[in-house]
Amino acid sequence: MEAMTSLPLMTLMQLLFDTLLGFALLWLGWRALASPDLFQAIVLFIAFGLLMAIVWVRLDAPDVALAEAAIGAGLTGALLLTTLARLEAKNRSKSALEKKHKVWLMTENVKLKTASFLWLMVILMLLVSGLVYAVLTLQEQTFELQMLVSKNLESSGVSNPVTAVLLNFRGYDTLLEMSVLLLALLGVWSFGGIPKPHESLPGPVLNMLSRLLIPLLIIVAGYFLWVGSDAPGGAFQGGSVLGAAGVLLLLVGWRLCIRFVGLPLRIILVFGLGVFVSAAVVLIFLGRQFMEYPPSVAGALILLIEAAATLSIGITLAALFLVGRPEFRRHK
Amino acid sequence: MLLSEFFTVILLLAGAFFFLAGTVGLLRFPDVYTRLHALTKADNVGLGLMVLGLALQAESWAMTGKLILIWLCVLLSSASVAHLIANAARKKGIEPWKQ
Repeated sequence: MEAMTSLPLMTLMQLLFDTLLGFALLWLGWRALASPDLFQAIVLFIAFGLLMAIVWVRLDAPDVALAEAAIGAGLTGALLLTTLARLEAKNRSKSALEKKHKVWLMTENVKLKTASFLWLMVILMLLVSGLVYAVLTLQEQTFELQMLVSKNLESSGVSNPVTAVLLNFRGYDTLLEMSVLLLALLGVWSFGGIPKPHESLPGPVLNMLSRLLIPLLIIVAGYFLWVGSDAPGGAFQGGSVLGAAGVLLLLVGWRLCIRFVGLPLRIILVFGLGVFVSAAVVLIFLGRQFMEYPPSVAGALILLIEAAATLSIGITLAALFLVGRPEFRRHK
Repeated sequence: MLLSEFFTVILLLAGAFFFLAGTVGLLRFPDVYTRLHALTKADNVGLGLMVLGLALQAESWAMTGKLILIWLCVLLSSASVAHLIANAARKKGIEPWKQ
């Protein structure tokens, strides 16, 4: 009797929770876009990311939830906040280059108001209709795909289906994601001459917090990497936690020793992608397809690739936070 | 209902009450310092009660350990972040509210 009454109550509560969550997400997204104050918009965006992570948990996708919370809310929020600090520093400084830039921006603004608005609307409408079409033509049940994954899980070398898909069955997706991240860093490094905001010394509290948290973050990154083979976790989750440790180090004023800023840093940045591509290419020479891991060594290969990827992703994200290429040729 | 379930419900409700109190404080208090005070103190206790309640239902000691670790991490970071925000506000010249 008790089970019969408690079951509909439970689903009703879940429905209520999901509805509230959905509306809160939409409201936060709208407020973040419409807020005239940039700082407020960023804080709203971080809150949006955290709620989004809960949505992924509700959709039974803890892997995505972890990545969303760490990258979508945490690291992107930190990146946006430093960008804001640099924008404000830039507005204060009055170099010649700065003025030229401002004029360019203003003319851009005027143009946008008159003609480009219509074009933007057309492009947006195309994008929206494309997305609607994609959603409408989506198969309701992708049961065959699930069956396909679980049938071949044994030969993938790992027991977590998400890792099996990301690193083995559709490894090139992850490969391309990692190259996108590397390209983003190259793009950031290509912009020079961004004024640095005034850096204040970290107080005793931030110092102590970093001393306690950074070792813990490194352990958690290693845990995510290891646990990814049979539970939610993996290279991107571990890498973003490692990146958070890097951001914290940069915040307390730690800088990479000048000896390591040149070639050693670059080697670490491309290490993950390098290991991934070389593993795939070596397999071709051994008479297999590109990225076709032999089942007997697939587990070890995936762990190797993920370990390299975690390191590279973490260092790349921390380097993104630094904004601008670390200088190492100043004395030449 | 088992005794442990009973205690879990009591602890979760108590935790929710503290979260509610913290949120009301955040919305109703007059300035940034008092709001931080309400939010961090109440939420730390609220989360502690919730973690205790959930730990009673944990399947293994490892799970209990993880739950307590989460609470300790949140305690550490929320206390530090509250201090950092308050410090930044003070440096910006925001005067504490005086009746």
